[in-house]
Order: sequence, then structure tokens, then C-alpha cells
Amino acid sequence: MSGNKLLKKIAFYALVVVIVVFSVFPFYYAIVTSFATGTRLFEINYFPPVFDWSNYQSVLGGRTFPRNILNSVFIATVTVCFALLLAVTASYALARVRFRGRGLLLMTILAVSMFPQIAVLAGLFELIKFLNLFNTPWALILSYTIFTLPFTVWVLTTFMRDLPVEIEEAAIVDGATPWVIITKVFLPLLWPALVTTGLLAFIGAWNEFLFALTFTSQEITRTTPVAIAMLSGASVQEIPWGPIMAASVIVTVPLIILVLIFQRKIVAGLTAGGVKG
Amino acid sequence: MTVAKPAIGQESSLSLQQQRQRAAFWFLAPMLLALFCVAAWPLLRTIWFSLTDTSLNNLYAGKWIGFDNYLKIRTLDSGKVIYRGTLVDPAWWNAVWNTVKFSFTSVLCETVLGLIVALVLNAEFKGRGFVRAAILIPWAIPTIVSAKMWAWMLNDQYGIINDIGMKLGLLEQKIAWTANTDTAMYAVLMVDIWKTTPFMALLCLAGLQMVPRDIYEAAKIDGIHPVKVFFKITLPLIRPALMVAVIFRMLDALRVFDLIYVLTPNSAATKTMSVISRENLIDFDKFAYGSAQSTLLFAILAVFVSLYIWLGKVDLSGESGK
Repeated sequence: MSGNKLLKKIAFYALVVVIVVFSVFPFYYAIVTSFATGTRLFEINYFPPVFDWSNYQSVLGGRTFPRNILNSVFIATVTVCFALLLAVTASYALARVRFRGRGLLLMTILAVSMFPQIAVLAGLFELIKFLNLFNTPWALILSYTIFTLPFTVWVLTTFMRDLPVEIEEAAIVDGATPWVIITKVFLPLLWPALVTTGLLAFIGAWNEFLFALTFTSQEITRTTPVAIAMLSGASVQEIPWGPIMAASVIVTVPLIILVLIFQRKIVAGLTAGGVKG
Repeated sequence: MTVAKPAIGQESSLSLQQQRQRAAFWFLAPMLLALFCVAAWPLLRTIWFSLTDTSLNNLYAGKWIGFDNYLKIRTLDSGKVIYRGTLVDPAWWNAVWNTVKFSFTSVLCETVLGLIVALVLNAEFKGRGFVRAAILIPWAIPTIVSAKMWAWMLNDQYGIINDIGMKLGLLEQKIAWTANTDTAMYAVLMVDIWKTTPFMALLCLAGLQMVPRDIYEAAKIDGIHPVKVFFKITLPLIRPALMVAVIFRMLDALRVFDLIYVLTPNSAATKTMSVISRENLIDFDKFAYGSAQSTLLFAILAVFVSLYIWLGKVDLSGESGK
């Protein structure tokens, strides 16, 4: 009986180890590769034999990659600020005010967040050319609104719905207008939700590829995902795996750190749209 | 916040409601305007382009040609009938089939694996927080980065997957995973499942945590086998959460672009609807034809979602519970 229990426990922990190894190993191996140069790339090492930083130096000392990082930071930051600005007031209206057609409006917003991006690509391409934004960061800030805005509105609405009615009633009795209620009463309570939603939207904008690939045409206007996808060597045969892995590690490590710091909040934000209590 | 409204009564409470509704309108207006500009208008323009012969170089010179981009039937003088357009294009149907195969396989595997991971994380054990942090890592890695990482791991000559496979005796020879048409789809599926199972697991875990613990206690006292408990109690209880998670993942999978574009470029074995549409829109200068394909993709997704919500009675808005 106790032998059986021990066996079960061993099997369980074996499963846990498998899960952890599967999750972590690919990124670990990318780090190992990022320290390999020359012929060391072509021998398989399970841990870095030496810490050779030359791949990092070649990527960060390159002409365009630092600029690509700046592009990504700028675009993602402005996109998130813009989305949050519009989403806070909109989600207050959707969460706290009863009006006809609210359910339909919510469903429409959810539908937009699930839009296949390719379906708006042709129309957005025309709009961006028309506004003369092609090959500028603003083209991406504009187009990223299609997924950051519905997402932030949706998640903030679910957060705001859960705030107690009494606070708002007290404010109304005091004669506060809806604008005052949002800025003075709800906003201080919403900070954690804003951080979570903002972070998730930031990750979405940071990782976006299709629009970034289509609406930029020069090396210096690219964002990091496109730059990594396009990194090439002297010839077609010669893929520069070392620098690619170094660039990948550079753009991923900040994200992983942020996600690990905010992990509880992120899980709450991810599930806010999906699961109802 | 000083007292500003003196009169309290039937009339003023009505006007308060009206005042709130007016404020709500102005609060919603900027967001609706923004969404109209970046979503509704471009979508309508895409549909419009699909009914014209517009080219990439001159977006305003297109002429109305009806449904010719979708299907054009022409009878030759000899009496022979020629069909043209996306709907009879084998490359398009290949992409549709690839997309369907990819989406159903990946979502099915992710759901099963996600449930297993969620069940593990729902158990009490030492180091649970560490495991939960570890599974967040694949989710946090940008898709392009994971595509490149795995492209390197799946490399035919120097890839670690071939090395491990050979050492463990699972592979007889090294495989060119991404280049080989037989294995390209497996490679793409492997990476997608690795990357998105955490998302599935977290959503399942949130569902699992809402199942009251005393139900399990009761089942244990009654001596019911854990497997039976899972299928008879746990699964039905987390079904709503699971249904929502599946539809989100399904929609993501049906529009997949970046992973396939980077991991297996130009491979007919993995080309999906999004990839082929973009190719026609931008690379092949068949702007209108690509618009028709992206319109079709949109229509297929819309029909799929509607059917799923209707048949599965999925409550996405969360309104009914309140």
C-alpha cells in the first residue's frame, strides 16, 4: 500500500520534471547557442563551454539592431498609452452604465479583438498610404490599435464590473459627475488592473509581426521581431545562428523578467476575459 | 466632491440616469471612432478591393469586376467552359486544408496537454509556484523568437533534436524537419503546441480552482475512482471555461501567420490561408486576388465562431451571470 503511494508520488514528480524541462529547455539552449561562435556552433553542447560575448557585441554594435529595439520600445509604449487612455472611459461606460445595446456592443468589441489581421491588411495598407504614414512608427501604432484597444476595453470592463457599487453610489450622492467618478474614485482603485492590461497589451505590440513586416520597408524602421526574422549572413546558405540567438535572448529576457515579476497579475488578466465567476 | 445637486426626487433621479447615459455616450465615442478607423473601415475596403482588379502600385485605379476574383466562368467559342478564381484554385484549397489540419490538431493537443498541466498545478506540492513560473516562459517568448529557436533546434545537421533522437535511438537518421514536406507540418505543430499549451493550462487552471474542494472530498469518501471523478465531476464543471479557452485558441490558430512564415518559408506543406493571402497581396502583386482570399478567411472565421457559440451555447460576454 505505501509502496504504491510512493510509486505514485515518484510518477507525479517525474511528470513535474518533464513539464519544467520541456518549458525551459528551448530557451536555455538558445542562451547556450548565443555564446557559441565559429566552429563551436556546430558541436552540440548542453552547457556553454565558455562565455563568449562576441555575438552580443556584433548584434548590439551593429548598425541597425539598437535602432530596432528603440523602435519596438517606442511603438509598444505609445500604443499601450493610447489604448489605455481610450479604454478607461469606455470601459466605465460599459461596466457601470445601463443602456440599450450594451450587450451587443460588448460582443462587437470582443469580435474585433478576434479579427484575423490579414482581413484588414489590404484596407489598412490603403489607409496608411493615404495618411502618408508608410514606413513610419505611426503606421504600426495606428494598426496595433486593432488588437490592443478591444483587449484593454474588454479586460478593464470585467475588472470594473467587480468594483463595489457602494463606492460609486456614495460618490453620486456627493454629486460627483461620471468624469469625477472615473478620475477620482475608480482610477486609484484600478491601478493594478491598468498595470496588468498595459503589460499584456505591451507584450502583444512588442511581439507583433504581420503588420510590422508589411508596413515597414527599411532596416532602420523595422521592429525587433522583423529584424530577427530578417537577420541574414553573407550568403543565403550561411544563416548566422549565433547572432540570431543573441538578438533573441536580448529581446526576450526583459519580457521574461516582467512576466515573472507580475505573474500573478498576468494570470488574473489572462483569465479575466475567459473565465467568469 | 462637494454637494452640488440640491433636489432629490423622482424627476432628478430620472435625469441622473439620463445624465449618466449621455456621459456614457461621450466616453464610448472616441473608442468607437478609433475602432471604426482601424477595423470596420479597412475590412470594408478589403471586401471592396476583392470585387475589383486593383493592383498594389495603384490603389485607386481598380475597376469593379464583380465576383471574378472568387469565381469566373467563361464559355469558349468551342463550347468548353473555363473556371478561374480563388474558389477553383488548388493552391487556395491546399492552404485551407493546411489551416484546418493545423488548427484542429494543435488545439486538440494543447487542450489535452493543457488540462494535464493544469491538473498537476492544481495539486498541492512543493515547488508549485516554481513550476507555474516555468510554464509561463514559453508563453512570454515572442513567436518569432520561438520560431527561430526551434528552427535551430530542428536544424538537419547541427540540431539538438536530431542529436537527442539519434542518441535515444528514436531516429534512424537525421531529419530535415522544416525542409522536408512530410515533416514540416509536424515541426510547425510541435512549436505551436510548445508555445501555447501554457496559455491553455492557465485558463484550465482558473476553471479548476473554481471547483469546490469538498466535492472531491465527498467523492473520495464514497470511494469513487479518481479517473471517474475527473470525467463525471471535474470535466462537466470546467466545461464552460474550457469552451471559451478553446474558441480563443481556435481563432488564433485559424489565422496563424508568423510562426509558419518564419519556420517553414515557402513550403506548400504548411502554407496557411493567412500566408497565401499576404503572398498574393504584397509579394505577387495580385492585390485584389489576395483581398478576395482574406475576405474568404474572414467569412470562414465568422461562420465558424457563430456556429461554435450557437451550438456550444457559450456565454462569452459574462453578462448573463450578473
